[in-house]
Amino acid sequence: MLRWFPALTLVLFLGPVAAGLVGTWAPAFGYLPSLGGSGFSLDPWRQLFAQPGLGKSLALSLGTGFTATLISLGIVLGFLASCHGRRPVVLVRRLLAPLLAVPHVAVAIGFAFLASPSGWAARLVSPWATGWDRPPDIATAPDPFGIALVCGLVLKEVPFLLLITLGALGQTPADRTLAVARSLGYGPATAWMKTVLPLIWPQIRLPVFAVLAFSLSVVDMALVLAPGIPPPLAPRILRWFNDPELGRHFLAAAGASLQFLLVAGSIALLYGGERLTARLGRRWIAAGGRGHSGRIGRRAGMAAMLLVFATGLAGILGMAVWSLARRWRWPDALPSAWTSGNWMRQADALAWPGWTTVTVAFAAALIAIALVLGCLENEQRNGVTPGSRGLWLIYAPLLAPQIGFLFGVQVLFISVGLDGSWAALVWGHLLFVLPYVFLALADPWRRLDERYARGARCLGASPDRVFWRIKLPMLLRPVLFALAVGFAVSVGEYLPTVFAGGGRFATLTTEAVSLASGGDRRVIGVYSFLQALLPWIGFMLAIGVPAWFYRQRRGMKIFAA
Amino acid sequence: MTQHETLRLRDVTVALDGQPLIAGLSLAVAPGEVATVMGPSGSGKSTLLSWICGSVDPAFAIEGHIELDGRDITRTVPEARRVGILFQDDLLFPHLSVGENLAFGIPRGVGREERRKRIADALCEAELTGFEDRDPATLSGGQRARIALMRTLLAEPKALLLDEPFSKLDAALRSRIRRFIFDHAIERGLPALLVTHDPDDAAAAGGPVLEIGAGGAVEATAADAGASAARKTGAF
Repeated sequence: MLRWFPALTLVLFLGPVAAGLVGTWAPAFGYLPSLGGSGFSLDPWRQLFAQPGLGKSLALSLGTGFTATLISLGIVLGFLASCHGRRPVVLVRRLLAPLLAVPHVAVAIGFAFLASPSGWAARLVSPWATGWDRPPDIATAPDPFGIALVCGLVLKEVPFLLLITLGALGQTPADRTLAVARSLGYGPATAWMKTVLPLIWPQIRLPVFAVLAFSLSVVDMALVLAPGIPPPLAPRILRWFNDPELGRHFLAAAGASLQFLLVAGSIALLYGGERLTARLGRRWIAAGGRGHSGRIGRRAGMAAMLLVFATGLAGILGMAVWSLARRWRWPDALPSAWTSGNWMRQADALAWPGWTTVTVAFAAALIAIALVLGCLENEQRNGVTPGSRGLWLIYAPLLAPQIGFLFGVQVLFISVGLDGSWAALVWGHLLFVLPYVFLALADPWRRLDERYARGARCLGASPDRVFWRIKLPMLLRPVLFALAVGFAVSVGEYLPTVFAGGGRFATLTTEAVSLASGGDRRVIGVYSFLQALLPWIGFMLAIGVPAWFYRQRRGMKIFAA
Repeated sequence: MTQHETLRLRDVTVALDGQPLIAGLSLAVAPGEVATVMGPSGSGKSTLLSWICGSVDPAFAIEGHIELDGRDITRTVPEARRVGILFQDDLLFPHLSVGENLAFGIPRGVGREERRKRIADALCEAELTGFEDRDPATLSGGQRARIALMRTLLAEPKALLLDEPFSKLDAALRSRIRRFIFDHAIERGLPALLVTHDPDDAAAAGGPVLEIGAGGAVEATAADAGASAARKTGAF
């Protein structure tokens, strides 16, 4: 039975992605019988290119996507290159989890709370420094150029890339490599860029591509932070899909296909840039420049990282403060009156979306864990290891833009009679939960000393008994951590909820997005803070339960890292 | 004590990527005897043991036959072979207590009272009476090594494989644990096979000694020499 797990996983997980792409591309060329499109036609594309301001939308998508990706990558690499092995890295590592757990929408709303004209940042410096005795009449979050969107994306992508890069560093002999380079007279940051980065790049390349794909096609954050006239391509496509006039679906499908091409082309471009950088980099390495002591670089790297973390955490704090504010007049730095009434008044309205959020997230994460464990166990028992091509498959739903195939997934669900059901919602989330669960669990699972299992078999235990009694309990912590990762990913999903749920399910995320455009900040604060809180609770349990369970087992601490 | 029979290896060859590591090893280990296979690291001697207990890395190409108690177990699944193994590391399961580790070794179907009794007896034999609820991580190296042996013996093996189980112990402890393990194997009449690169271990084992040389050639060293050396070192 175990042998079926990889196939089952691929069908459950890549099947909808493939079907979704087909189900999006066909209507883009006029074929969607249920809406009266039975022949092949280029009309949707003509209609698409006739949309006013399409060029602006494209430029906005490309500009924000590339800028956010390159800034995020630059901050992470610059910071690690200049601070490798120093205290700031230890500190950042400790603060990483809370920031990583916060859903995209909550990050965007938190940033808007900080940076909007009447936000916290303006309040702190007014009126004594700025002379503003009322909120200034300038558009900051959102702003016409997408700068706020870039900031929001950077706040979310830096922690992710940091996590991936730290993980890659842990698997390479980075410290020794660096020591050798330093002893040859290279400055610390130069040594890192010339000797460590080439070692870890193969492991961070796919995540960087995923970051680019996400940034180019983000919808939920764009709805909060991007300009509206015209919006970037992805949120604009969603608007077409939501148009009550069903004929617009063809236009939307063409737009979604264009979005897919945009992402594919951009990844190809980045790949080309990577090749070019590698060639130039070789020359740079061979030229033998030793670089400097790196003190200025270190300050800059630390300052950039500090800014990201401080902004991210301040945004979350801002949501919490707003959710407890009764009266908060401009330009007071804090509310003049506090209340728990915002929470009390929302309790009824929160109950149902909250319940949906938690149950769907838990179900999707559990199914993902079961599938991933089955695949990993099959890999070890039957000796089939997926190569690097397997990793591309795992990353597929993260590299393809969500809006590029989720409409097709919806069409698929309708055709099997699942649309708008709880099961469809879980399945839709599973597509994005599974890759992260796999990435979180694969390494710790494969790293477990195989002699434990061998020894147990020689003591007379069957493979199943070894799995349940030895491997699973020994790896309880990474398994629960992966479960929490899956839970957090699901809590934050916006588009899959909209499409797979057929508009019938509200989660904290969809509620927060629809409130964000103009609702009462105190109410938005309640929703978005709760949305950020749920993943935290998940991670606290994932860390706390095994720690309590194995409190008498000192040997289990080494598995805690 | 049940009477065990000979562990036989016939015409074993081990190769990795077409390179022979062991060529034509045949060996019979009598009950109550500790035979030794010696060789430098990378000579394939640990691979030989994992092959005997049925969990060898498929990258190795291995031919030959294993016979135990008159059965050919070459293709038997590991858990049905009844071959116990001790590694360099004790590999006590860190999530289980000392008692639970021992219980893991006892065959299923043994009643609860009887299990408890066997654990208590094993701890007594290891001079660790009352250690049932201890965390294995709080034990000393010597204590852990003794528990690991007891866990293996509780599984009622018909042969014992020793994969350099003393090499990480410090010198003083080493000879004591070595004696402890050998004595138990001999006392139970188990055929035991030790792989090591340390001539002292081979001498202490007292049984036949095979040496793996260049190109996988297997050479038998006189068993008598080993036995007399064992008597000398057996004084402590």
